Amino acid sequence: MKANNYLVYLIALPLFSAALLLLLGRIADKWGHLLATLVSASTFAIGAYEFFAMRSRSGVDRAITQHVIQWISVGTLKVDGALLLDQLSICFVLLITGVGTLIHIYSISYMEHDENRRRFFAYLNLFIAAMLLLVLADSYLSLYVGWEGVGLASYLLIGFWNQRPAYATAAKKAFVANRVGDVGLSLAIIIAFTQFGTVSFAGVKAGAPHASSAALTAIGAMLLLAAAGKSAQFPLQSWLGDAMAGPTPVSALIHAATMVTAGVYLITRSNFIFDASSTARLLVVIVGAITLLFGAIIGTAKDDIKKALAASTMSQIGYMILATGLGPIGYAFAILHLLTHGFFKAGMFLGAGSVMHGMDDEVNMRRYGGLAKFMPITAITFGFGYLAILGIPPFAGFYSKDKIIETAFNAGGNKGWILGGAALLGAAITAFYMTRVVVLTFIGAKRWDSMAHPHESPLLMWLPMAILAIGSVTSGFLLSSGSALVHWLQPIVNAGNVEGGKELMKPLTVSLLALGVVVIGAGAAIIKYRTVASEAPSNISIFTKAARKDLYQDSFNEAVLMRPGQGLTDTLVKTDHNLIDGAVRGVGWTLNTISSAARSIQNGYVRSYALIMVLGTLALVATVWLVTL
Amino acid sequence: MLSAPHLNYALLAPILIILGAALLGVLVEAFISKALRSRLQIGISLIAVIAAFIQLIRVRNLTSTSAAVGSVAIDGAGIYIQLIILALAFVGLLYIADTDNFTAQASAIPGSTEEASSIAAGSQQTEVFPLTLFAIAGMMLFPIATDLITLFVALEVLSLPLYLMSGLSRRRRLLSQEAALKYFLLGAFSSAFFLFGAAFLYGYSGSLSLNGIADGVHSSGANSVFLLIGIIFLSVGLLFKVGAVPFHSWTPDVYQGAPTPITGFMAACTKAAAFGAMLRIFYVGFNDVQWDWKPIISAIAVITMVFGAIAAIVQRDVKRTLAFSSITHAGFILIAVVALSKNGLAAALFYFISYGFATLGAFGIVTLVRDSSGEITDLNRWSGLGKRSPLVASAFSLFMLSFGGIPLTAGFIGKFSVFTASYESGNINLVVFGVLTSAVALFFYLKIVLMIFFGESRSDTLTVVIPSILTRVAISICVIVTILLGVYPSLIFNSLQTFATFLH
Repeated sequence: MKANNYLVYLIALPLFSAALLLLLGRIADKWGHLLATLVSASTFAIGAYEFFAMRSRSGVDRAITQHVIQWISVGTLKVDGALLLDQLSICFVLLITGVGTLIHIYSISYMEHDENRRRFFAYLNLFIAAMLLLVLADSYLSLYVGWEGVGLASYLLIGFWNQRPAYATAAKKAFVANRVGDVGLSLAIIIAFTQFGTVSFAGVKAGAPHASSAALTAIGAMLLLAAAGKSAQFPLQSWLGDAMAGPTPVSALIHAATMVTAGVYLITRSNFIFDASSTARLLVVIVGAITLLFGAIIGTAKDDIKKALAASTMSQIGYMILATGLGPIGYAFAILHLLTHGFFKAGMFLGAGSVMHGMDDEVNMRRYGGLAKFMPITAITFGFGYLAILGIPPFAGFYSKDKIIETAFNAGGNKGWILGGAALLGAAITAFYMTRVVVLTFIGAKRWDSMAHPHESPLLMWLPMAILAIGSVTSGFLLSSGSALVHWLQPIVNAGNVEGGKELMKPLTVSLLALGVVVIGAGAAIIKYRTVASEAPSNISIFTKAARKDLYQDSFNEAVLMRPGQGLTDTLVKTDHNLIDGAVRGVGWTLNTISSAARSIQNGYVRSYALIMVLGTLALVATVWLVTL
Repeated sequence: MLSAPHLNYALLAPILIILGAALLGVLVEAFISKALRSRLQIGISLIAVIAAFIQLIRVRNLTSTSAAVGSVAIDGAGIYIQLIILALAFVGLLYIADTDNFTAQASAIPGSTEEASSIAAGSQQTEVFPLTLFAIAGMMLFPIATDLITLFVALEVLSLPLYLMSGLSRRRRLLSQEAALKYFLLGAFSSAFFLFGAAFLYGYSGSLSLNGIADGVHSSGANSVFLLIGIIFLSVGLLFKVGAVPFHSWTPDVYQGAPTPITGFMAACTKAAAFGAMLRIFYVGFNDVQWDWKPIISAIAVITMVFGAIAAIVQRDVKRTLAFSSITHAGFILIAVVALSKNGLAAALFYFISYGFATLGAFGIVTLVRDSSGEITDLNRWSGLGKRSPLVASAFSLFMLSFGGIPLTAGFIGKFSVFTASYESGNINLVVFGVLTSAVALFFYLKIVLMIFFGESRSDTLTVVIPSILTRVAISICVIVTILLGVYPSLIFNSLQTFATFLH
């Protein structure tokens, strides 16, 4: 692999700029946002340069590394702080820096009246640096650092307006859900180390074929847990909706286009683990299928425009996770959908931000209506994103989502029917809730009160939206014409070795089917939401109620994660006599049976402690005697 | 004609400084007015620890086996362990400086008129400082001692003050005094084992020095039953001090009863000192009979890890939870002992640092969470702490995550280096047990974090006191070390790997 000396600047520049802006304080208020945007743009320039340089090389030369520092040297565990840029990471680098720069530009205007704008931009730069480290890492351990870094930046940005208690709580919720995922990642790293004696991607890849299937499944399951935490997948999905408390550009960048897709990256990067363990793959498709339906159903009942989009993100990432569990070709389609989703979802979030900007930060869609007239550019760019997510040809989603549905059907057997059916059903529900969003927001009668003066957003805000809208139209076609992306990623994911599964459905059939359900879903939404009350109705069905409550995900968390722990503690604790009880009671406790000693081994009596020591010593003597016999 | 023994004062100076300061502290206690005493004692103790630390740094490249007539060995590992003990003791002293935790007069009966009057008179005694210094001196001597007599003397010098200090708690006097008595009785019991083991080893080899015992193993004519019983009995004494199962029973009771600053000091420093001595004894003295003792120490390591982790889950008292957590960590360090390699030694020393600072930090935070009757140690009442005091809750969570071995904390590097060393030495089974136990242990550390941040706030009387400046410095040091060594472990690790060796 070739060495390269520029990679480190991708991370160092935004990191340095973030530090500078935070340390300089108020002095940098005047120009801080400009510096941050410039830095972000220059990382995009480096990324683009590297991309073209990579394209001009061929074969194994395409991947390049840069050795930065020797980070950990503990016995045989040598972790070099090295960076790796290959065909997979360059996709992310371009997405992160490209969308990132657009969102920097948008934020200049969006955050104009916020007195902490400089701090906001510092956090954005910090995020860019951490996310680039995540995708440029050459080992699981370095990836972990980036993983934590984006978690930190996300935490800081969700809680950016932390003077409002609800927002601070949301930040904490995200923090904790991510810690659960982190446990998964650290366990995966530790198991990988005990198996392979190394944690670098190359080393684990080389060792994977020789490892036991139990170990690979364990690593895969733990990686999936990590991915679920970061990418808001079932059962760790609950934080994403609340994370919408952060400023809207943050939702667009971190909670739609980049950070939440890190889980997809992790699984794709670890393809050698998942390829070798069918159990782990099965877990992945189950999680993906559940989440894509789960998110879509929640999306149908949300009146808050950002929460509806967040539920949609959860659902779309469910599609990607599903794809990653479908074998080699699935990885490529997951990344394809990830890239197109990055365009259209970021564009729609910025559109939502633009609507809120014009409507005095109102987020309830029931108070919108007929806004297309007042903000035409927002309506058109949002409309492009809408058509893309529905998968209407030739918009981007058509190329990426249909491929995933098709691959799901082709998984074969009952599995294929179930997964394909779930993906198809998801597409119908997606069409329903997205149409609902568009109808409630841009079409129909106006439902806002007379105080609001909706207006189009300034140039700096609509320009990024327009660019993303162009991406929503063209990216799907560009990336998939001649299977460009599939070929590009081939060396990483081995997509060439597609298992010769029976083709259950022809691509055309899938596209027609998908289009059919989309039309039905969208039509249902149009009919249902022609007229709408500005207050949410309360005589609703049990399903709507469940969906409004996020399908009881918080109650679920409480029941599954918190209560059993507490219950276990409460019952077990009764068997543990504590010191005072034991001493005060002082009743004749005799040492007549060893079993009772074992039961209440920690009873507070010195004499029984001493007895335990004696027995322990005797046991040691006996053991040695047996060993040396 | 007898000649005076030759002592190398430069190399012994660190211990002598601490002992000198301790004696000075006794004089201060006797002759200085009450008003000045407390501050003077804090000053003397901290300066002595810093001075000893600086002296150690100055002599760090020297080695000698004859500094005190062959009874101590000054070598890289010994100096490193002493440095670690001093650094941990420094933080411990910053907590102890908050004399509010200690009883006004140790002899006063709780709730009695004597106690009330001594509090009214403001006769706060400060003998805890000289006691701490004596204990530190013993701890410094223990890991460099190379003959069994010196080892025993060091063991007693470090233990006796700790027995007393455990009984000094101002609140919950009965619990504290009971803990002290228990610790003393069981400690005496274990010392007897230690001494008995020393006698057997002398009987086997005819020598009291570790090298002499090693030579005896080489010549191997003698009765190996004596050797094995000697090793086991000596180990029992050491395993008691580090709190390994089944010699751990005192740990939860004493950790709970002792004043919290003392618990922190004891948990961090005693463990480093006792493991330091254990490493030297096993690496230098018993290296050649490793096939006899490795299986039993491995078994104890596994039992200790598993028992500690499982027992910790059912605890509802934060100090008892930390006690069982410390038992689990003793099991992890034992894995490094069994590795019996240079990397094992380096890993163990790193673990002292990562575990020690996290422990001190966690106990420091326990001292801050109070209600009108003192510290709240009922974990259920900590629920929702994050809402009241996010900074304190975050710091406590950091220490829990470090205990759990989450990457980017020092605890992760500690665990990882221990597992690596064990892996290299071929003890794969121990690594597997270690990893599994880590997962179990993570569960309860994480449960605490979740409860602090997510639990309903159940206790209206709970307050987080504003820490004194010294306590604040102490907790900050622990936070910084935990993060810094997690992010940049090479800072210490490289020098550990080059320096940490035992002289034979």
